[in-house]
Amino acid sequence: MTKDKIIIAVYVDNKFGVLSRVTAMFTRRGFNIDSLTVGETESPEYSRITITLSAGKTDKEQVVTQLRKLYNVKKVVVLSGEDCIKRELLLIKVKNSEENRPVILETANIFRAKVIDLGEEAISIEVTGDSQKIDGFIQNVRNYGIIEMCRTGIVALDRGSTSIWSYHED
Amino acid sequence: MKMTGAQIVIETLLEQGTDTVFGYPGATVIDIYDKLESRKDQITHILAAHEQGATHAADGYARATGRPGVVIATSGPGATNLVTGLATAFLDSVPMVAITGNVSTGMIGRDAFQEVDTTGVTMPVTKHNFFVRDVADLAGTIREAFRIAGSGRPGPVLVDIPNDVQRDTCNFEPAPLMPLSKPEKADDDEIACAAEMIAECRRPFIYFGGGAVRAGCGEEILALADKIGAYIGCSMMGLSEIPSDSPRFLGMQGMHGHFASSVALAKSDLMIAVGVRFSDRATGKTDRYALNSKKIQLDCDCSEIGKNVSVDLGICCDIKDFLARLTQAVEAKELPEWDEKVASLRKREIHAYEEDEFLPREAVKAIGDIASPATRIVTDVGQHQMWTAQFYEFRQKHTWISSGGLGTMGFGLGAAIGASLATGERSVLVTGDGSFGMNLNELATAVTYNVPVTVVIFNNKVLGMVRQWQTLFYDKQYSSTTLSRKTDYVKLAEAFGARGYRADNIEEFREVLAKAYAGEGPAVIDLAIDPDAMVLPMLRPGGSFENLVTWKEAEEGND
Repeated sequence: MTKDKIIIAVYVDNKFGVLSRVTAMFTRRGFNIDSLTVGETESPEYSRITITLSAGKTDKEQVVTQLRKLYNVKKVVVLSGEDCIKRELLLIKVKNSEENRPVILETANIFRAKVIDLGEEAISIEVTGDSQKIDGFIQNVRNYGIIEMCRTGIVALDRGSTSIWSYHED
Repeated sequence: MKMTGAQIVIETLLEQGTDTVFGYPGATVIDIYDKLESRKDQITHILAAHEQGATHAADGYARATGRPGVVIATSGPGATNLVTGLATAFLDSVPMVAITGNVSTGMIGRDAFQEVDTTGVTMPVTKHNFFVRDVADLAGTIREAFRIAGSGRPGPVLVDIPNDVQRDTCNFEPAPLMPLSKPEKADDDEIACAAEMIAECRRPFIYFGGGAVRAGCGEEILALADKIGAYIGCSMMGLSEIPSDSPRFLGMQGMHGHFASSVALAKSDLMIAVGVRFSDRATGKTDRYALNSKKIQLDCDCSEIGKNVSVDLGICCDIKDFLARLTQAVEAKELPEWDEKVASLRKREIHAYEEDEFLPREAVKAIGDIASPATRIVTDVGQHQMWTAQFYEFRQKHTWISSGGLGTMGFGLGAAIGASLATGERSVLVTGDGSFGMNLNELATAVTYNVPVTVVIFNNKVLGMVRQWQTLFYDKQYSSTTLSRKTDYVKLAEAFGARGYRADNIEEFREVLAKAYAGEGPAVIDLAIDPDAMVLPMLRPGGSFENLVTWKEAEEGND
């Protein structure tokens, strides 16, 4: 079965232990999460979890319907690939040297990345964008030596004036 | 009114109409038990021999009545002993509320004496669970626990209450019962779609399960089948929802299902699946399951639609309402070719079962002869369970109580006690010597409370179901399935304070069964069964219904 990359936005009660209930469902049913982010929302009683995973049609339906059964889950929406804004943040520390510095800074410039910290031995850079852009940046600086990096995983919103609450669940 | 947490627990239980709770006291629930004692005129507490037995009793109580069963246990081992009972109830969608104590909030997370992460341990085996940190949340949480347990697809809910929260006080206001949330009714166009598929079919089959039992839609199934000329089969969990002698009912589906039922489903061109989850024990290999049929699936749980078997029309709805409206919407059909086909399948089945005298079947029939239509028939897990499922003639709803999804050996005695206490009538437990050995300590409970339970042990001195697999598929290498026990079940029953009887053949069995039935309180019958008796027909592991192990094959020793 062909698998698509899907992004699922999940509104949950902003309460103790809810994240582990959500991730436990994925473990228990054998669905593999590619990335997961969680944070506050416009209303303090809810958190928004953004999950990306690769899944075929049946798995996608299972993930959504099983999530909806969880007591603390209030809304589940699959965000359609093209109509949504996806962003990820990368923090990366690259080895600094006199010969490499200009080209690293030039790369950062091309990717519209921000240099956050410049030391004798390392340059720390912040990059925001969709996952392909982040992958591209990492590819470009890999040869200069990556000391350490971390990426946040995707957060996503649909374009336009709608909110997750205006979706009909079916 | 100002109350302690422990009082609030009891008051909210009363508010929910709880009349019986099962449990076992311990350090972190002393306060709850203290308040329970002062309300004992309104709530009967049944002290089990083991917390597992208490959960099975709460489960049996719930299955016999449809009302949530309630179980109370202490922290640590008390809570972990609930796990099998919760999982059993979860897999069979049984409404239950478990209340556990825990160490005081200040001690949580410090590995205190008898501390365990109860909500963590029970998360995968409950519909939901709560940890109550503040006494002000307690009443609302318990009310919500009951609402969740009984709403939609029912299931067990656990409420973990630290000891200090039970002693803290807050204001308690009585509240009216929260209405259970119900599945939505289907749209008219969904009914029209189903009606269209029915109009086109020539060989319709209705396959129902535990979801139909919970929805109580047996009458609607019978009416639809009559109108469209469908035949009916059920999963093990569906038994007793319609009378076993209903003219269009072909019996149980699955690994040890009735021959005509299984084959008719394989030959059907339209399957209407009602409240079933297409368990592997019911379907065999799904890529060879019911290939000739289009499928309509009805369930109140949307995640069941297409989970195990892909369907042409899946409708997540109130299934009782759907069936009633669908029956109104369809044209009546007559399908003489289908009737003929099914009649010929039935002839072959009757022939297969009437060969020789088969003691397990005769014993189950004897129980049916003496039991009233309302008698709850409870089983453990194994060969005795399948024989009872195959041969018992159910006459009334909610009379079949058995662990289906989890297949919990040791379920039966606790469940039978719970069922008897719920109905006030004698229930019959059919068990095996293996299953009975797992939780026979609950005989003490049955004796203490003088519970009318008749225990029939199908004693073949082996773990018969595994042995059957070893006979058929493992070259008769009987690894660890021969029980070389010297247990005397008559003496054992007497030692517990129950009556004990022994029978070696069907005549003796009928005699002692009558005696067991006539007396008061629990009775145990040790019935000797041939260790080589098999449950047939049998679906080969990973096989399909076109290729069942039949009686003839098994007798000839062929795989």
